[in-house]
Amino acid sequence: MLPKNGLLNRRAFLAGSAGVVTSAVWAGSKADEPRRSGSGRAMSAYGAPSKYVGLERLQIGGHPVAPEAGSSSTPLEKLNGTITPNSLHFERHHSGVPDINPIRHRLNIFGNVKRPLSFRYEDLLRYPLVSRVLFIECSGNSYRNLSPKAPDQSAGELNGLFSCAEWTGVPLRLLLEEAGYDAKSDWIVAEGADAAGMNRSLPIDLALEDAMVALYQNGEPLRGEQGFPLRLLVPGCEGNLSVKWLRSLQVRKGPAHTREETSKYTDLLKDGSANQFSLRMGVKSVITAPSGKMLLPTHGVYEISGLAWSGHGAVADVDVSADGGRSWQAAEIQSEPGPYRPTRFRMPWRWLGQSAVLQSRAIDSAGNIQPLRAVAMANVAPGFAYHYNGIQSWRVDQRGRVSNVYE
Amino acid sequence: MSMSKMVVTLIAGLLAPWAMAQDLHPMLGQPIERLPQATIGPGGAGLPAGSGSVEEGEVIYRNQCLACHGPKGLMPGNALAGGVGSLSGKQPNKTVGSFWPYATTLFDYIHRAMPYGREKMLSDSEIYGVTAYILFLNDIVPENTRMDATSLPKIIMPNRQGFQSVYQISNSD
Repeated sequence: MLPKNGLLNRRAFLAGSAGVVTSAVWAGSKADEPRRSGSGRAMSAYGAPSKYVGLERLQIGGHPVAPEAGSSSTPLEKLNGTITPNSLHFERHHSGVPDINPIRHRLNIFGNVKRPLSFRYEDLLRYPLVSRVLFIECSGNSYRNLSPKAPDQSAGELNGLFSCAEWTGVPLRLLLEEAGYDAKSDWIVAEGADAAGMNRSLPIDLALEDAMVALYQNGEPLRGEQGFPLRLLVPGCEGNLSVKWLRSLQVRKGPAHTREETSKYTDLLKDGSANQFSLRMGVKSVITAPSGKMLLPTHGVYEISGLAWSGHGAVADVDVSADGGRSWQAAEIQSEPGPYRPTRFRMPWRWLGQSAVLQSRAIDSAGNIQPLRAVAMANVAPGFAYHYNGIQSWRVDQRGRVSNVYE
Repeated sequence: MSMSKMVVTLIAGLLAPWAMAQDLHPMLGQPIERLPQATIGPGGAGLPAGSGSVEEGEVIYRNQCLACHGPKGLMPGNALAGGVGSLSGKQPNKTVGSFWPYATTLFDYIHRAMPYGREKMLSDSEIYGVTAYILFLNDIVPENTRMDATSLPKIIMPNRQGFQSVYQISNSD
């Protein structure tokens, strides 16, 4: 019996006739390629995507007079699984990407330490390394969904200041212990080597718990846009805290209240006060297919699929609705969940031309539930831009056009 | 292998990585010859010598800052002044005067990141001057002010009490 909302039980889907599962991206395939004669292209030193795959970062844009100070977004709707290819990891730079020669770069640890120390890049490569699959989300991700009218944009254009990689680096604890950090000093200031000298204060608890000095991104040395030769990485926290091109760590008492943690990246509330150091990103999910600007080519069965994550732990559950939140069903979590590690969720859905509103709602291991847009915005001042994690809604109209709506 | 020997071996196996951690630590950090420039916090530790007046700061502002921040720091989108009383209204205007909790942040930020594209060109005294001028534009200091390492951390910003921290915060250096 087909439920009215079209959501299908996963087991029934696997056992029964699946029908035509068409990705909107690949709709309209041509006739078969002929049987091939003659050899193909030879090997290459550094591979590239197929010329048939158009993959680009989205929303590439900066300040009117300083285009290098801005951001670009990951095309979430063109990717699957959980890992973001390095070439498509979102960017946010405060003064462009500096060209840093690793031979000359140093990481200095100073301030309230017994032994101020300087680390060379090649020496850090010799330390015991850890590898973890972790998301990085810009504090300002999804800010376009705060505008009064829902922008007609894609999943990545709206929510793509979010990426995930396997990061490999030196546990920060090892370096702090080597320098002999003062146990009474409770904060560290991390500073980047870009022209902005971007600096942020980090609670030492987080530094000792699981922060790392990242050296590799999905197996290769960091990309310049991601902080080559080395960056700070603070799992689960707003991206700005994971300072790129990391050049110094200053152990100190109390936060320094830098510009990026006072003037920016704070949450102004309706009463005129502001939340500061709201470092952990909230539980969140986004359906990437079907999603904004796609067109469902035929009636039939589709897979609703998306990403879920939380800065407060692991993803525990993801519910999916096809009727704007009137009814929910548990989606299948298909990738292995872990703290600060995004998961891929999936749910089969039959579309027979009915208009629908697709939504996903993530719940994390700490019991946090992703809020409705109205709830996420309830206490914040007009024009706020940070830490938004409201539910994303996609309307499917009777012709199969998918668009961003507010519910 | 006897049961007791097996237990001993198991325990030794569990303890070994921990016991050997120190021996396996590469310890490759080198002593720092010249300490890096510290980030300036609310206590002002690390503020350099030198001083600058509102009057000197206005000259520097006109040449280095005005193109982006506008006359008297009022350029919309890049505003440094104004906005007092707007934070709880329909169009909050977050400026140095209406929003920033500490004046020391102004010195730290200009020192590292301004003027955009020509960073690190201003002398410490010039930065004190520009800082004094921006505070003057916000009616926080009088026109005859001269700013230095002693006076800057003593400035009480209008929105000093406007923040609540999600993380517990101690008094800052």
